[in-house]
Amino acid sequence: MSKAMSMDFLRPMTWAEALAAKAADPEARPILGGTDVMVELNFDRSRPSALLDLTAIPELAEWELRDGVVRLGAGVPYSRIITELGDLLPGLAIASRTVGSPQIRNRATVGGNLGSASPAGDAHPALLAAGAEVEVESVRGVRIIAVDEFFLGPKRSALQPGELIRAIGIPVTGGPQQFSKIGTRNAMVIAVCSFGIALHPAQRRVGTGIGSAAPTPLRAHAAEEFLGAELDWDGPLDRAVANRFGELVAAAASPIDDVRGTAAYRRHALSVLARRTLTWSWEEYRCV
Amino acid sequence: MTDIQVTSPVRDGVGASAPRPDGTLKVTGEFAYASDLWMDGMLHGATLRSPHPRARILSVDLTGALKLPGVEAVLTHEDVPGAKLYGVDHADQPVLAIDQVRYQGEPIAVVAADHPETARRACALIRVVYEVLEPLTDPRRAALDPSYEKVHAGGNVVRHQPIRVGSVFEADVVVTGEYEVGMQDQAFLGPESGLAVPAEDGGVDLYVATQWLHVDQDQIAPCLGLPPEKVRLTLAGVGGAFGAREDLSMQIHACLLALHTGKPVRIVYGREESFFGHVHRHPALMRYEHGATRDGRLVYVKGEIILDGGAYASSTPAVVGNAASLGVGPYSVPNISLDAYGVYTNNPPCGAMRGFGAVQACFGYESQLDRLAEACGLDPVEVRIRNAISEGSRIATGQIVDMPAPLTSMLEQVRDLPLPEGVSTDLRDLPGGVANSTHGEGIVRGVGYGIGIKNICYSEGFDDFSTARVRLEVIGEEAAVLVHTAAAEVGQGLVTLKAQIARTELGVPNVTIAPADTQVGSAGSSSASRQSYVTGGAVKTACEAVRERLLELAAKKLSHDGLALSGGKIVSVSGIVVASVAEVLGDDVIEETREYRHRATAPMDQLTGQGDAHTQFAFCVHRAVVDVDVELGLVKVVELAAVQDVGKILNPIALEGQIHGGTAQGLGLALMEEIQVAGGLIRNPSFTDYLIPTILDMPPMRLEILENPDPHAPYGLRGAGEPPTLSSTPAIVAAVRAATGKSLMRIPVRPEHITGT
Ligand SMILES: Cc1cc2nc3c(=O)[nH]c(=O)nc-3n(C[C@H](O)[C@H](O)[C@H](O)COP(=O)(O)OP(=O)(O)OC[C@H]3O[C@@H](n4cnc5c(N)ncnc54)[C@H](O)[C@@H]3O)c2cc1C
Repeated sequence: MSKAMSMDFLRPMTWAEALAAKAADPEARPILGGTDVMVELNFDRSRPSALLDLTAIPELAEWELRDGVVRLGAGVPYSRIITELGDLLPGLAIASRTVGSPQIRNRATVGGNLGSASPAGDAHPALLAAGAEVEVESVRGVRIIAVDEFFLGPKRSALQPGELIRAIGIPVTGGPQQFSKIGTRNAMVIAVCSFGIALHPAQRRVGTGIGSAAPTPLRAHAAEEFLGAELDWDGPLDRAVANRFGELVAAAASPIDDVRGTAAYRRHALSVLARRTLTWSWEEYRCV
Repeated sequence: MTDIQVTSPVRDGVGASAPRPDGTLKVTGEFAYASDLWMDGMLHGATLRSPHPRARILSVDLTGALKLPGVEAVLTHEDVPGAKLYGVDHADQPVLAIDQVRYQGEPIAVVAADHPETARRACALIRVVYEVLEPLTDPRRAALDPSYEKVHAGGNVVRHQPIRVGSVFEADVVVTGEYEVGMQDQAFLGPESGLAVPAEDGGVDLYVATQWLHVDQDQIAPCLGLPPEKVRLTLAGVGGAFGAREDLSMQIHACLLALHTGKPVRIVYGREESFFGHVHRHPALMRYEHGATRDGRLVYVKGEIILDGGAYASSTPAVVGNAASLGVGPYSVPNISLDAYGVYTNNPPCGAMRGFGAVQACFGYESQLDRLAEACGLDPVEVRIRNAISEGSRIATGQIVDMPAPLTSMLEQVRDLPLPEGVSTDLRDLPGGVANSTHGEGIVRGVGYGIGIKNICYSEGFDDFSTARVRLEVIGEEAAVLVHTAAAEVGQGLVTLKAQIARTELGVPNVTIAPADTQVGSAGSSSASRQSYVTGGAVKTACEAVRERLLELAAKKLSHDGLALSGGKIVSVSGIVVASVAEVLGDDVIEETREYRHRATAPMDQLTGQGDAHTQFAFCVHRAVVDVDVELGLVKVVELAAVQDVGKILNPIALEGQIHGGTAQGLGLALMEEIQVAGGLIRNPSFTDYLIPTILDMPPMRLEILENPDPHAPYGLRGAGEPPTLSSTPAIVAAVRAATGKSLMRIPVRPEHITGT
């Protein structure tokens, strides 16, 4: 085969080496679980100069809890989030359970989900609702990007040349969190649309995240503000408030018709998911 | 037989759940599929396909591809030495496109190179200049509008088959409906693959995953300009087929490249290419009008079924024959006026898929029976019982059902099975599953029924036969049997069954199945649920011939009259063991080859559709229980119960697998499986968006399997693979209708059809 067709395979053993390698070849393609990268390569949709395998770097596969924030290494697979972080990050854990199949969850990571920045990535609504921050780094230094500023367009993120995702900082709110997604089969499906919600009782605030219903994952700001103003944190949930919340979430989306569903259905389903997840969260909040 | 039991019946004979020889290998990932074929020095083939559904080819420039290092051949239609067209039924499909393309994905050129990557790159370097034309994608216009432009010069109607019975088309109760079936894919494992090896005699040996070796040979040889005996095929590991391997895919291309380069050439499609590389299930547009008495007895059926065959004929004519002859279902209908059309368009080519024309019709007529039940205020099972055929009834073609057809008792049996418990609290059992979209909100349960009728074996006068060669000899002091047929094991378990039959017929435990190849006569296709019947019949017949010769030999060698073969021993009239098979055989080898034909069928009358077109009918009944989240339009099938009459259970576990699998494929068509086509272009050619049911979608099944023998068939068996695919779809849709009150005229049902958004 000619040189033009070959691809280097780099496997740094330390984070510093990884940053150096990425600096030396900004086109080198990071790979963690490979569940997006390998699909792209197999379909011949992209042809990077090199693959930069980050799976040998121990700290990427670890998480720690410090000052009320979980610092989740970019390479922690969904299966471990489900088993180890269900209590601290309930929203992300529920979202993780909906990803792919057991095989995919054993390999696929939140770092990879962010790296792909697909509007349909299932981690994103949970991260948006929780108010997460993405910790990115290059040889130039570290940047912290609020997750709602991370997504710039379909499959485009705020990562700059040479930057790698090191970790995701996710505040532990102590409040109930939920995630729901719509798929046309009962497992192993890309979201037709999805919704994440997190109650922040200390701040008397509700965080939201919408997936697969706009060019990027996004927060439903007006819906959050509405709840901020209307929720009675000491009483039961008013049905009218829940319904209005659903409508505002639907209004925040700008979905399209595609093979997975229609724009009208997506809006409708989002309003239902928003109402239901708020109701479940509220029931849980009132019980504790 | 006598009452002295001196021999024991052979293990793993007919009726036993004999294990599959390929089972463990497949589960552990060690089974060699066609894509695993390998030869030192082999080249890799790749195919350049049209991006347009309809275009004129103005020029093809191969220069760039030929210059690429590693490329050994780049071929177009000009390099096809023999016939330029092929086809299972009509030869209308170019081996490589000639001056025009008629569907997206039509092969234009093939490349052989030293690496698959090189071959693909070379394809990308071929410059084709197209004049893109507006694709003809409206099957109704293709069928009925003579002013519609033509996909092929001969016209757009591949076959029109009317059914005309009686003349009374008035009734007290009339229900109508227009139904639509989307394009389903077979979605088999193991995309199209094969290895062509040039031979010293100027011929070629092809190792390939296919469904019918001889019909491939018959199509390949003329295109290569070779006599059939110089094109030898051997079956390679098949992942699954479901009809999609009835048509050729890479066969001629690999042979052309191998003969051109003088080197072995392997072609392996990827999944995306596979979606373009095989035919799909015909999408259907159907109109039905059912007239009945007030107590729900059918007076007449009017119907129109338009099947979109896409760019080439493939098996469209036979699919139309099934849709027409089985178009009113397993019901006695005194007056029928039905027209089935199969047409050409610039949509993806469609052909054989499990259920073959009967599936589409079944969704239509079963939906209609539910409407009729509602109009007459009857229970859906009751309305079916009032109209069901039974042994001695006539179907739409006038053919008498001369075998058991216990539909009434099957319907009662499925209705009377206990219903599953109430709505579960486990997320995995709810609509939406682990996606956590409901905790019980919006859920409504529904129950629905479906019944279908499927013809088994090839119909309409086709000379449908199989060939088996059986050899009996002593190997290492033990009697051993070798069974050789050309029948394709496509996952259905035929390899296991052939050995079971040989064990039962010859009483010899040690049976080997030779690889399927063209060194023995044709076995016909692994389709139409026919191989147990026809190849099973051939193996049985050949074994009987071997047994006869064995007994002659025994009589001669032992100078003993009235000998019989029992439990693998030669026994006297009184049942006393006289000798073992091995003792009788000694150094003698007995080999017999037999062809087996089922009883002849007749064509359908071109104007009335009348005729004894079918060999055998098979029936399955389903009851579906679903939970629907009516607010979100998501469905969880809670339980599927099936009653199927198989005549004789040959291998219980394999049979259950067939019924489970067929039912699951019907579930897929009801709720999710569709190749979405817009303007002739496939929008979802991957398993990312072509969804097939997972274990969370397919519920546990309750099966009741009946054994009412068909007196015409070997062992009384009935083909079993297809019937469950027919009836599960309408049963599920009926259950969703019952839960939602929506009319749901199109399958697959999508969430937005239920929510109305
Ligand atoms: C069968 C199947 C089912 C799937 N189901 C789902 C699903 O249900 N929900 C869902 O959201 N996704 C799904 N996916 C997509 C995929 O699994 C997820 O996006 C996953 O989170 C990707 O993680 P990964 O570790 O495999 O990423 P990789 O494939 O390794 O990488 C993904 C992208 O991120 C980049 N990247 C990786 N690491 C870094 C880093 N440290 N810094 C910067 N960029 C980086 C890569 O270069 C690449 O662009 C599915 C995929 C498959 C194959």
